[in-house]
Amino acid sequence: MIPVIGLVIGIVLGVALNVSVPTSLEPYLPIAVVAALDALLGAGRATLEGVFDDRVFVVSFVSNVLLATLIVFLGNQLGVGAQLTTAVIVVLGIRIFTNAAAMRRLLLGA
Amino acid sequence: MSDEQLTPALARSRLREALSWRSGTGTVISTVLLAALGFAAAIQIAAPDDVLDRASRADLIQILDGLGTRAESLEEEVTRLEEARAELIAGAGDSEAAQAEAEDRLNTLGILAGTLPALGPGVELGVSDPGGVVDGSSMLSTIQELRDAGAEAMQVSGAPERQVRVVASTAFTDSATGEVVVGGVSLGPPYTITAVGDPATLSKALGIPGGAVATMESAGASVSIRESDELVVDALHQPTEPSYARPAVPEDADAVG
Repeated sequence: MIPVIGLVIGIVLGVALNVSVPTSLEPYLPIAVVAALDALLGAGRATLEGVFDDRVFVVSFVSNVLLATLIVFLGNQLGVGAQLTTAVIVVLGIRIFTNAAAMRRLLLGA
Repeated sequence: MSDEQLTPALARSRLREALSWRSGTGTVISTVLLAALGFAAAIQIAAPDDVLDRASRADLIQILDGLGTRAESLEEEVTRLEEARAELIAGAGDSEAAQAEAEDRLNTLGILAGTLPALGPGVELGVSDPGGVVDGSSMLSTIQELRDAGAEAMQVSGAPERQVRVVASTAFTDSATGEVVVGGVSLGPPYTITAVGDPATLSKALGIPGGAVATMESAGASVSIRESDELVVDALHQPTEPSYARPAVPEDADAVG
């Protein structure tokens, strides 16, 4: 429950503080957010399957975000940033859908 | 993964368990991470949407090209509009001059046509006619002499307190009662003819022996001629719209000045 409250507090802070995204982070933040969402849904699925582990979640969360950011950074350096961003988004999107579908099956049996 | 023993009820109980109030190091770190996620997502969503951020390099080059082309065409338009502006300013000067000229013409024509009061040096001719010898034709002769001498604006006044502007179409006739009818207005003696023009020329023309004035005087009327530097001819003629004649538009209308 406490992590959920943390999520809500983060959202409220982000909306309330009206911080603008630093220019250097601008290309990476959306990717990082999507990667974190993927980790979050993976955690949700693991919870429902009874195999959730704090350590795994934290590691997967951080590594997901770092890896996605790194790939996009690399792509930007290579001049294919836009394409790699799309690739990462597609892969993460597929994973998110898969995890969400698994959770749906687990929770609703359908 | 595809654990067949998993039932929705079990999954829900696990979910409830996960959402229960537990704490620990992992929970704290998860909370921090999720707070960071929420924060990042919120500021990313709140960030102003800039299309250029998401455009690829090729798109950006295309956009830049488009902007360059547009800037060029806008600059051309600026040049064109500035030329047009300069033309219009010059044209405004021209049309001001044309308007001033037209106003001059209007004044000249107004004086000639008798629709504007006129002011200037000239002569005032007083004709006292106790015997009633002055008739329309002698009046007309006097007017003709004044015209020949260059009178530019004339009016005839007579009893009772009437004055008539003499224009090209003014007729001089006699009424049945012996009065002079000038332009349809009956005038009785004494008459005053006011003529604006060169006073010396006018008075000299009137003084010619055997002229109209001499004829009137010999018939028994007494005529006084007074030169003046400032006479006012303020009787106005009401022009009638011509019923038949209409302007023949010359082909070189501009040349008619």
